[in-house]
Amino acid sequence: MNEDLVGSAPLSFSLPAIEFRDVELAFDDQVVLDKVSFTVDRGQTKAVLGGSGSGKSTIINLVLGLIKPDAGEILIDGENIVGFDDQEMMEVRRKIGMIFQEGALFDSLSVYDNVGYRLNEEGIDEDEIEHEVKRMLRFVDLEDAIDKLPSELSGGMRRRVGIARALIGGPSIVLFDEPTAGLDPPTARTICELAIKLRDLEGVSSIFVTHEMTNLTYLASEYAIVDRKGTVLFAEEGQDLCLLNTEVIMIRRGKIIFDGRIRDLQASDDPYIRRFLRGK
Amino acid sequence: MLSLAGRILTELQEMTLLCWRCLKGLRKQPRYIDEMIFQMDKIGVGSMAIVTLTGFFTGGVLILQAYPTVQYYGAQASAGQGVATTLIRELGPVLTALMVAGRVGSAISAELGSMVVSQQIDAMRALGTSPVRKLVTPRVVALMVTLPLLTIAADIFGIFGGGVTARQLYGLDTNVYIQSVRVGVSIEDLMGSIIKPAVFGFLIGLVSCHRGLSTKGGTVGVGLSTTNAVVTSSVCVIVADFFLSKLLMGLFKSTLF
Repeated sequence: MNEDLVGSAPLSFSLPAIEFRDVELAFDDQVVLDKVSFTVDRGQTKAVLGGSGSGKSTIINLVLGLIKPDAGEILIDGENIVGFDDQEMMEVRRKIGMIFQEGALFDSLSVYDNVGYRLNEEGIDEDEIEHEVKRMLRFVDLEDAIDKLPSELSGGMRRRVGIARALIGGPSIVLFDEPTAGLDPPTARTICELAIKLRDLEGVSSIFVTHEMTNLTYLASEYAIVDRKGTVLFAEEGQDLCLLNTEVIMIRRGKIIFDGRIRDLQASDDPYIRRFLRGK
Repeated sequence: MLSLAGRILTELQEMTLLCWRCLKGLRKQPRYIDEMIFQMDKIGVGSMAIVTLTGFFTGGVLILQAYPTVQYYGAQASAGQGVATTLIRELGPVLTALMVAGRVGSAISAELGSMVVSQQIDAMRALGTSPVRKLVTPRVVALMVTLPLLTIAADIFGIFGGGVTARQLYGLDTNVYIQSVRVGVSIEDLMGSIIKPAVFGFLIGLVSCHRGLSTKGGTVGVGLSTTNAVVTSSVCVIVADFFLSKLLMGLFKSTLF
């Protein structure tokens, strides 16, 4: 870990949470990512849009260090993680929460043990774990499911438990890998609300991989506020406005073809983007 | 042909790497002692029934087949010696290992394989845990500890089964049988029958875990890696048995009888 950065908070605040610099990756002959560069600022949500097999999920696996790039740099809080070994990577992963497509809950463990997994591994006091697990389950509105096993949960509930598990320990970066795939619209909406809450109320930086435009519309046009009673409300921005802390990148065949606000994306005259947005 | 050789070499390299990481997992905290004990219960206590049953009937069939021959030479009094030596030196360790490879090896690779397919292994790494330390090391250690114990159980039940058969079918006096068993078994044989299964346990654990963790291609892949795990670990056990026997013979300078 870089000692200089830990000591000086103002400096680390100005650094982007995640930065890709000319990242290249190929499996055998197939190019997966071709000179991909982008940044995710602190408190910003970056939606990654693209068709199946465009390399969206690969970006998330690279951030987590589950795969290594062939060339280029990946910086997390200013640290280049490309050369890190497993032990150093474990330290980096501590500040990252990851939400998997199907939840990826541990089948053999109860919801309580799933959510408390990270704290349990770190050897934290049982009382504190219980308190944190309950707080996290309240955040995803699943307090009743605490003693259930993953097999007893519905698809949407599994995702929410997955979110609670990723958020325990207060990560500053959260990665969503198609969290709404295969869910009905209201449940998908709940997942997006959780992402909005994280962005606006907790100040978390995140990458939100998706191929569904509705998710993007929610993320880019709504924000969360807390009223005097402590209830979380979702308010919508005006039609023309676009939230500053949400941006989109669009990937096609391993290349970034768009990086910016959703309004500019909608105005783009690139034929591929137009077809993607309208479905024809 | 070249690609086959290449595949085998890559496989071997991956296995060696896994072995190294597994050993490293023992050295550092956390060691997951609870998980080890849980696995020992699951593997050891869980396999007790099939292993003792196998042992009992193997001992029985050995006497069944050998008794007429020894009777022909008038050496009925040595029948127990034959059973005990065969069981303790070879059949006990190998048959137990094969039974455990079938029962436990398949379970391990199916469990780890499904975890890979449902991204649970990725989730574990994302949550800051090394899957090798948490999943592989406890299973390998549990197999190395329980397989010798299971082998001893199989040996005892085999000798018992031989005794029962000899008495009931051929009317051999039990005291004569026990006496010949005691004469036939040397301390070197017993040592060998503990060392061998420990090595077999290590092989079964490593192969099954490696197969499970390298699962690709969804649920079909899980089935494939399960079959592969059982076949590969069984073959490994039988091949290793030959070389281990030779090694132990040299080590203990034990002669035939």
